[in-house]
Amino acid sequence: MFFKYVLRSLLICIPFLAQAQMENMAVIEKGSYVPLYGRDSVKVKIDRFALDVYPVTNADFKKFLKEYPEWQKDKVKALFADGNYLRHWDANGSLKKGESLKAPVTNVSYFAAKKYCECQDKRLPTLDEWEYVAMADETTADARVKDSYNEFILSWYEKPNSFNQEVGSTFKNYWNIYDMHGLVWEWTSDFNSVMISGESRRDVDQDNNLFCGSAAIGSSDLMNYAAFMRYAFRGSIKANYGVRNLGFRCAKTINNQTKQNDEDL
Amino acid sequence: MKIYKYFLLALLVINLWSCKDETKKEVAETEESKAETNKEEEELPGLSIYNLPTKWTTQDGKEIELKDLKGDVLVMVMIYTSCQASCPRLVADMRNIHKKVSDKANKETKYVFVSIDPEVDTPERLKAFAKENQMESNEYLFLRGTKEDTREFAAVLAVSYKSISPMDFSHSNIISVFDKQGVMKYQKEGLGEDDSETIKTIQELAN
Repeated sequence: MFFKYVLRSLLICIPFLAQAQMENMAVIEKGSYVPLYGRDSVKVKIDRFALDVYPVTNADFKKFLKEYPEWQKDKVKALFADGNYLRHWDANGSLKKGESLKAPVTNVSYFAAKKYCECQDKRLPTLDEWEYVAMADETTADARVKDSYNEFILSWYEKPNSFNQEVGSTFKNYWNIYDMHGLVWEWTSDFNSVMISGESRRDVDQDNNLFCGSAAIGSSDLMNYAAFMRYAFRGSIKANYGVRNLGFRCAKTINNQTKQNDEDL
Repeated sequence: MKIYKYFLLALLVINLWSCKDETKKEVAETEESKAETNKEEEELPGLSIYNLPTKWTTQDGKEIELKDLKGDVLVMVMIYTSCQASCPRLVADMRNIHKKVSDKANKETKYVFVSIDPEVDTPERLKAFAKENQMESNEYLFLRGTKEDTREFAAVLAVSYKSISPMDFSHSNIISVFDKQGVMKYQKEGLGEDDSETIKTIQELAN
């Protein structure tokens, strides 16, 4: 009898836990799109998944550093972060003057971002997932054809120091996600699938991928110069880099199994 | 049936906390075996790839951790076995390097091929690939990991790759040389280029 009672109370707390995890995440419905550069302009399928509504903030990251001190500025392994890591924090692990706790955390390496998400039982979004969500404006899932949408993004690219604004200060898009454009650029789990560094022109096989003349003209979405810039940026960074305007947010796979469990409950 | 469900739930709860638990366990373990491991851990340079806790399967189906390779000079390259274009040339480059390095140095060197296509490149397939390319001696190691670990490892090597069709990948052609502590000492990009610097580095590191 008592056993049953315990089990019942367990049942109550599980959905709560699951919900706590999904807090501040929005569900992105499945779909497909033709990325700027992909498999010969073939549509990429995106499964249903969840994405953080806001980029990870300095405050969030501070909490993480407390729990996982091995990622603190003075303790992090050189393999995982270059000298720019948390450059806007002081040696005692607090933010430097003029930096906002509510601003997106930047100067974080790929490894640190990845670890952060794993420790929330999440993961970094894939490049395709990120771009899929990023093509939405306030009202449409794919706003890439709208001039106003592209102009907004490009005008942000010209604006300096947008990284120190608070999260949520740009628009909420079709998927209820904030700040995909306007604050910082973001790490993706497979950012190193873009081939445009030195080796792409020289010695990658199939090397007319993105920047070589024919590929540039052939890229599948000529309107999307903004996306083109993002791909170029991703191709130019390495996993241990800390960059002042590069942050991240986490994603979560919603697999059918969990869904079934939820339904059973 | 019900019990089964509860079991699943319990698993879920455990999963939720696993990330934390791991660290705690790690702490406990390190404390326990402080005397033995602490010194070793401290000696590991911050830039060493052995800081990466990844697991791999070899062409012989053996499970290894990256740090099991510590103590040898590593010459690493990322390939996939069904590759028709540059991989055969990359493989040839590796073979040439192996040939030119002295026997003595080769005893302390491992030539490691990491698959970027873990779904297709099973240990059996890697084994067959090794045979085809006459790379069956002890110095050659073929590794396959999870998709995620492979992506991360590529990030460490600054290798980019992307699946461009169900059968093909585009990828950077980079050969990396690591010292016995796992610190990257030299990288050469490109195919069939002058490998004298690579060989010189291996030769120096192995002694």
